[in-house]
Amino acid sequence: MAKPILTIKNLTKKYGENAVFHNIDLTVNEGDTIVIIGPSGTGKSTLLRCVNLLTYANEGQIWLDDMEITAKECDEDRVRQHIGMVFQNFLLFNHLTALDNVMLGLTKVKRMKADAAKEKAMHELNRVGLADRADHYPGQLSGGQQQRVAIARALAMDPRIMLFDEPTSALDPELIGEVLEVMRKLALEGMTMLVVTHEMGFAREVADRIVFLEKGSIVEQGSPDELFYHPKNERTREFLWKITELYGKKEEGK
Amino acid sequence: MDWLKLFQRFLPDFIKGAGVTLELTAVGLVIGFVLGLVLALARSYGPKWLKAIAIGYIELFRGTPLLVQLFLIYYGLPSVGITLSQTISAYLALGLNSAAYQAEYFRGSIQAIGSSQMTAGRAIGLSRWKTIWYVILPQALRLVIPAWSNEPISLLKTTAVVFLIAVQDLMAKAKRAATATYDPIGSYLAVAVVYLVMVFILNWGLKYLERKTVIPGFEMESKKA
Amino acid sequence: MDVARFLQYIASGTAYTVGVTLIALPSGLLLGTLLALLNVYSGKVSKWLTSLYSTVMRGIPPIVLLFILYFIVSGSINLSPFLAGSISLGIVSSAYQMEIIRGAILSVSGGQMMAARAIGMSKRQAIRNVILPQTLRLAIPPWSNEAAIVIKDSSLVYALGVPEILRRAPLISASTQEPFLAYAAAAAIYFILVFITSRVLDRLEIRLRIPANP
Repeated sequence: MAKPILTIKNLTKKYGENAVFHNIDLTVNEGDTIVIIGPSGTGKSTLLRCVNLLTYANEGQIWLDDMEITAKECDEDRVRQHIGMVFQNFLLFNHLTALDNVMLGLTKVKRMKADAAKEKAMHELNRVGLADRADHYPGQLSGGQQQRVAIARALAMDPRIMLFDEPTSALDPELIGEVLEVMRKLALEGMTMLVVTHEMGFAREVADRIVFLEKGSIVEQGSPDELFYHPKNERTREFLWKITELYGKKEEGK
Repeated sequence: MDWLKLFQRFLPDFIKGAGVTLELTAVGLVIGFVLGLVLALARSYGPKWLKAIAIGYIELFRGTPLLVQLFLIYYGLPSVGITLSQTISAYLALGLNSAAYQAEYFRGSIQAIGSSQMTAGRAIGLSRWKTIWYVILPQALRLVIPAWSNEPISLLKTTAVVFLIAVQDLMAKAKRAATATYDPIGSYLAVAVVYLVMVFILNWGLKYLERKTVIPGFEMESKKA
Repeated sequence: MDVARFLQYIASGTAYTVGVTLIALPSGLLLGTLLALLNVYSGKVSKWLTSLYSTVMRGIPPIVLLFILYFIVSGSINLSPFLAGSISLGIVSSAYQMEIIRGAILSVSGGQMMAARAIGMSKRQAIRNVILPQTLRLAIPPWSNEAAIVIKDSSLVYALGVPEILRRAPLISASTQEPFLAYAAAAAIYFILVFITSRVLDRLEIRLRIPANP
């Protein structure tokens, strides 16, 4: 049965007077791939950062499984071990090789022994197809490769849920595919994922549910079919039409 | 508090000493400016042998302590026939030293203005030196201000060692106060305050100068203070 | 004056100079790094206090600070002028080093901290494993400049009576009747020390460079 991994209730985030988003209710069940779409600047990234507690919301609560992570007594660092995050600009540790990047969390946070950590790290690098680049530094890797290492780094911690913050927006067009492919595979393997992206092809093919966020609140959410072919809201239809012009057609024309 | 009394009692002395310090700074700065500019031009535009001399000078004066340079001039020169008074020795040492540092600032900004401006000037028929004088230098001197404003403050602090050859600057007055009151900590603390005030005012003045002379969009990358 | 004595003066003077530097520079680094970390990562009060420290210590001539600290230190504990002077120079340098390290920390992008927290590291772990390794590499060029300054400022302990190179010069000049040469020799030694240090640090920077760092 559907088991909620992430539950967001009534979440509001303000910067001064302006609400970035308000009264967000969202549930992510185990194995779900949820894609959040919407115009830029509607707080999608901020929402993700609230989920892994890199930023604090002003109101509302978040539960990971059945633990309230927005509670005061909650140990943030602990929580972040169970939530994987992939950033738009990769943010790999510049002074470490790909392998060391993936191993760092294992040795320093999970306190694994070096050989066990190395084995696990190589396994994850393999999973994203970069085992042969293990000893390369970020500066020696292409953008797509860096992002895949970043995904491996997050996966290595065995998170309950993976957050993706516009993972392909900073990539050259020809490198986007390799990252989306990894994400597609992950979804098929049953990873619970919350993805913010403009890649409509990915959303249509991989998402279990699409959430349309505009002007700080959820306008509509539903299965890809529902949203793309029978949107209930006029704004949803407008946005999707505009965006599909740019991104979706690419996929169709293949 | 005792310390305040000490401060009050010696304030006139300290002010006199501060005056000497400022004088030393000003003279050193001016000598350093002129010589530094010459060195920078020599380094950027001179023939190979002149470049080498300029580099040698700069490396020498930046690679050795001011105190050693000061002693060399005051104690060493007499033996080769040049005897200078304490004040002149101080002026000379400070000026020669500052020139080496200022030369590097100028060189940086001359380079930043770059060969493209030189090309532009030559293209309308200006000679090399005319281009330098009318095109490159005016821009370079404007551009260098933020970085260069480190130098007056640095120099002000550097002058403090000249009391060791008995120049009657602020430090010398501090020493006098210390011997008179048997309170070295209090005396030097008092003088530290005076230096801080001078640095603060000087800094403020320089920031004002910076703001007044800024051309929007025309800045140098490195503002490493 | 026989060559042996001449050389002995030079050697022992140089030893003192090197000694002062070897005490002042690392202690300045330790204190400076600590202050820089406090300034960037601790709360408002720490930031304000450390900024104040930096402004005050860098606004006073090193020799004034040297005297103040020397008299304070030797007032409370019985230390030789050499030790007291070295420690004082270290404290002076710490303010400048704080600024250098602080600048380097700030240029390691904030994203690095965020990425480290995202995999569950505490702030402290992030600083130790991600921020500092990159900071220290970035800091080498300006630090090399500071090292040269400390070597030169070590001449200030002359005023405290420490028998470093400069103190030896008058002795040499008295025996040789060549004051100019004596002081020139002192200058040469400083020059060599600064030169070697700069080259070594340049080498170090190249060695530690991260391949193709973006």
